[in-house]
Amino acid sequence: MVELQEFYAVYGSVINFIGINALLALSLNVTLSAGMLSLGNAAFAGLGGYAAGILTLHFKMPYVVSLCGGALTAGLVGLALGLPVLRLRGVFLAMATLAFGEVVRIAAVNLDITGGAEGLTNIPNVTQTWMIYLAVAGAAYFMAVLRRSRLGWALVSMREDETAAACLGIHITYYKAVAFAIGAMMAGLAGGMYAHLTYLITPRDFGFFVAVDLLIYNIVGGTRIWYGPILGAALLTALPEILRGVGVTAGPIRMGVNGLILLLVILFLPNGLASLFTRLRPAPARAETA
Amino acid sequence: MNLLGQQLVNGLFIGSVYGLFAVGYTLVFGVLDILNLAHAAVFTLGGLIAVWLVQAAGMPIGLAFPLATLFAGLLGLLLNQVAFAPLRKRADSRFSGLISSIAMAIIFEAVALGLFGARSVRFPQGMISVHIWQLAGVTLTSLQVGIVAVATLLMGVLTLFIQHTRTGKAIRAVAENERAATLLGVNVNGIIAFTFFISSALGGAAGILYGLYFDALAPDMGRSIELKGLAVIILGGMGSIPGAILGGLAFGLSEVLTVAISGTSNLRDAVAFTMLFVILLIRPSGLLGREKTREA
Repeated sequence: MVELQEFYAVYGSVINFIGINALLALSLNVTLSAGMLSLGNAAFAGLGGYAAGILTLHFKMPYVVSLCGGALTAGLVGLALGLPVLRLRGVFLAMATLAFGEVVRIAAVNLDITGGAEGLTNIPNVTQTWMIYLAVAGAAYFMAVLRRSRLGWALVSMREDETAAACLGIHITYYKAVAFAIGAMMAGLAGGMYAHLTYLITPRDFGFFVAVDLLIYNIVGGTRIWYGPILGAALLTALPEILRGVGVTAGPIRMGVNGLILLLVILFLPNGLASLFTRLRPAPARAETA
Repeated sequence: MNLLGQQLVNGLFIGSVYGLFAVGYTLVFGVLDILNLAHAAVFTLGGLIAVWLVQAAGMPIGLAFPLATLFAGLLGLLLNQVAFAPLRKRADSRFSGLISSIAMAIIFEAVALGLFGARSVRFPQGMISVHIWQLAGVTLTSLQVGIVAVATLLMGVLTLFIQHTRTGKAIRAVAENERAATLLGVNVNGIIAFTFFISSALGGAAGILYGLYFDALAPDMGRSIELKGLAVIILGGMGSIPGAILGGLAFGLSEVLTVAISGTSNLRDAVAFTMLFVILLIRPSGLLGREKTREA
C-alpha cells in the first residue's frame, strides 16, 4: 500500500494526464468511426475548458455544473459548426475544422473574458483522479455499446461507403451532426476537467498540434475498437517517463521515438496496437476515408 | 513615409515566400491527392542546412543555396520511399499517407533539433552586402528584391516545366489519371518520386529565403508556415500551381494589411483563417481549383 502511495505521489500527474488524453482521444474516435477526420476536437476541449473555467470563476458555479456547462457549450458549438461543414469530406473537412480551431485559439488570445494570452488562472483544482477515470470509463462504455447500436452501425456504414449508406435510408447529415456533437461534448468535458486540474487554461493548450496529437493517439492505439484510443493515449503520454526510466532524457530522441512509433504503426499495424490483442478483420476497401 | 505602400511591398515579399512554399505543397496534392504534412519540416531542414553550409563549411550563399535545395529534394525522395510508396496500394492510402507524413514530420523535426539545437540560428552578418533604396517613400532592400526575384524565378521555371516539357506532361498525366498514364507507358512510380523531389526542393528553397528574410531560423519554424501553407493552397485551389502562387500573394497581403488596419498583430491570423473557413464553405475548390475537389 505504501509503495502504491509513493508511486502515485511520483507519477500522479502523469496518471491524470493519461486519463485526460484518453478522454480526448475517445472524443476524436467518435467522428473517426464515422470516417470523418476532424482536427477541431482540441478546440472543442478548449471551448469546454474556458466555459467551465468562466462558470467557476465568474459565476461561482459548483464544479459539476461548470463541467456540464463546458461540455454543453462545446456540444452546441459542435452542432452549429457541424451542420455547415459536414458537406465537406476528407481533407477538406479536416481543413475546415482546423481553421475553426485556429479561429477559436485566436479568439481566446484576444478576448478579455478568456484572459488573453495568459489564459484563465486561479481555477480551483478540484478534479480528482477518480473523476477523470470515471469519465474515461463512461466514454469507453459508451463507445463499446455504440458499436452494437443503431447509431454505431449507421456511422460504420457511412465510413465504409457513404453513397451506399444513403441508399439504405441512413440520414447522412443527421448522423454526422450527431456524431460531431457527441465528440465535441466529450472533448468539452475533458477540457473542463483539464482546466480544473492544472489551475489554468491558456490558448496554447489546445492548438493545432494538440489536435494532431489526438489523431496520433488514435492511430497508434487503433481506431476500430474502444480501447484503442485509450491504449495510444496511455503509451504516448507515459513515453517520456518510460524513456527516462531507461536513461534517455534528450528531447530530440524522445521526439524521434514518438515519430518512429507512429511511422511503424501506420506501416505495419494499420489497425493500431490494439490489433495485437484482438484479431480484427483486415481493413476493407474504403472508398473515402481521408 | 508611405505606410500603405510599404505594407503592400512587405506583403509582396512575404507572399512570394508563402507562394513558393505552397507550390511544392500543392504539387504533391495535385499528383497524389495526398496532403504531405512533412513539407514544413523539409522547409525547416532546407533552411538550417543552408546556414550550416555557410557557417561551418564556409561556402558562399550562391553555392550553399543550390546545394541545400538539392539536399531538400533528396529528403523528398526519402519521404516518398519511406512514408508514401509502401502505402500506395492500400485502399485508404490518402488517410494513411497523411498519418505517415505526420510521422516523418516529427522525425525530421527531431533530427533538426538533435543536429542544430533548439536555439534559433542566422546567416552570418554581412554575408550579402545589402543596398537600401528609397522609392516614393517606400524602403526596399536588395535582399528583399533578391528574395522575390529568386522565388518568382523558381515558380516561373516550374510553371514552364510542367506545361512544356515531356516530364511535365507526364506529371500532369499522372495527376489526371494514374491508370491511364500507366497504360500510355508513363513510368508512374518514377514520376511520383520526381514530383516529390521537385516539391521538396522548392520547399527547402522557400525555407532558405524565409531564413534570409526574417534573419532567424529555428527547428520549429516550420510550424507557423505549415498552417499558412494549408490556407494558401485551399485559397488558391488544391492542386493548382498558379492558384498557389496567387494564394500566397493574397495571404501575404492580407496578413500585412490586417496588421496595418487593426494596428495590432494579434488579429493577423484570425482574418486569414476566417477567410479560409468561409472559402471552404462557399467555394471548396478555391480560386483556381478543379471542380471535383469536394469529393477528395
